[in-house]
Amino acid sequence: MSKPKVAFLLSGGCGGCDMSIVDLSDALVDVIPQLDIVFWAPTVADVKYKDLEEMPDKSIDVGLHSGCIRLDENEHTAKVMRAKCKVLIAYGVCASLGGIQGMGNMHLKESLLEYAYKYSPSTDNPDGILPQTKCLVDGKYELELPEFMPHIRTLDQVVDVDYYLGGCPPHYTHVAAAVTAILTGKLPAPGAWITNGKAVCDVCKRNPTANGRERKLISSVKRTIDGSPTADGCLLEEGYLCLGPITQGDCGSSCPKVNIPCRGCGGPIPGVKDYGMRAISAVAALFDKDELVDQVPSPTKLFNRYSLPGSILGRKIGGFRTCKKLK
Amino acid sequence: MSNWEPRIILIACNWCTYQGADLAGSLRYSYPSTVNIVRVPCSGRFEPEFVATALKEGADGVFIGGCHFGDCHYKEGNYKAIKRFGLLRKVLDELGVEKQRVQLEWIAGSEGKRFSEAMNEFDAAIRAIGPSPYSDNGKGGATCQNQK
Repeated sequence: MSKPKVAFLLSGGCGGCDMSIVDLSDALVDVIPQLDIVFWAPTVADVKYKDLEEMPDKSIDVGLHSGCIRLDENEHTAKVMRAKCKVLIAYGVCASLGGIQGMGNMHLKESLLEYAYKYSPSTDNPDGILPQTKCLVDGKYELELPEFMPHIRTLDQVVDVDYYLGGCPPHYTHVAAAVTAILTGKLPAPGAWITNGKAVCDVCKRNPTANGRERKLISSVKRTIDGSPTADGCLLEEGYLCLGPITQGDCGSSCPKVNIPCRGCGGPIPGVKDYGMRAISAVAALFDKDELVDQVPSPTKLFNRYSLPGSILGRKIGGFRTCKKLK
Repeated sequence: MSNWEPRIILIACNWCTYQGADLAGSLRYSYPSTVNIVRVPCSGRFEPEFVATALKEGADGVFIGGCHFGDCHYKEGNYKAIKRFGLLRKVLDELGVEKQRVQLEWIAGSEGKRFSEAMNEFDAAIRAIGPSPYSDNGKGGATCQNQK
């Protein structure tokens, strides 16, 4: 049997997903000889976009796409990946739901650019120049930059996606399980998330029900900077608004283990349509009094930290404020 | 926009608000035909996802009706509903959805008259603020498809 051909593309992301594969370390040594990696850009292999464009359609068995769709270049490469790959996997939470930069959908394109290029404290831009898609260097070289799109989109809002893999980045044990599933052909039905189906709470050692205690309601809302949680108590009970109940636990509850409440990078557990909305439902019902609702800081960005573009409403629609220089 | 009619979704609890709607009918109180009732077992069954889906699919207003405190058939469903509603409304406010668009009220099975009044008030409030910015991909303007 010939080796499966694999392509990996880093699009609107940070490269953390590439690192998650390198994190396989010892296991990677066993896996690599079984794969024919035809494309891994721009991080690992020395290939260019045109090399991918020149490959025959459907010639790649599995394509992994990490990162969201922010630039028109991302949209173009996503379409090329879709054409060349038999199976396309949205790898990591950015490709699946939009990721951390998805919170950019709470702002207008113009104010994001103005803040970054004019008003942020570390910016020195006296002429107020904003990024342009074309510029002329030395009077003769015309250079092009990709266009910054008005909104962030998930991969499946641009092309059809066969599978989703959560995590920012996916935990290496989960990557190993996913790679094994791909190599042995034990993938779920198309359109599904590759996950063990358990919530973070299911695998969390702090879970009160796993320790034979009854779950208490939340009596105060705390931010992570307010005090410190107990060594083995449930973070949600203590008021740290951990989103473990609705997040895939393929990470083995990495964050609650080190006193950090879950923020939902794993993506929604099966059956959840809109991560942020279900987070509201899960957390609000645990409050012991109504007034706690008003103490939740910046709820949209808390509950949709990784999932705003992939949510039902997707983006902010009105009530924008203009950006001002910070004093 | 002249033929624009609001599309209103009412998520009504089976034991109180839905019975209130029934009573309004028996007593011949009228309420606007723009209201589309979705019956749920309890206001505690209402999920923020329902509201988001309704807004995305073209609803101009969503009204959630449940039992008064202490009257819930399942004892505490309405206490859960009001907390979820409070947090949902904060999120919708941050997303730029007007506060009047999504409302919650306790309407008991005996309050047929109040049901009719509440629906008329809500319909008027939605007409005053106009089409939802989320319907038709933010262009606004769900036409009167439910009137056919």
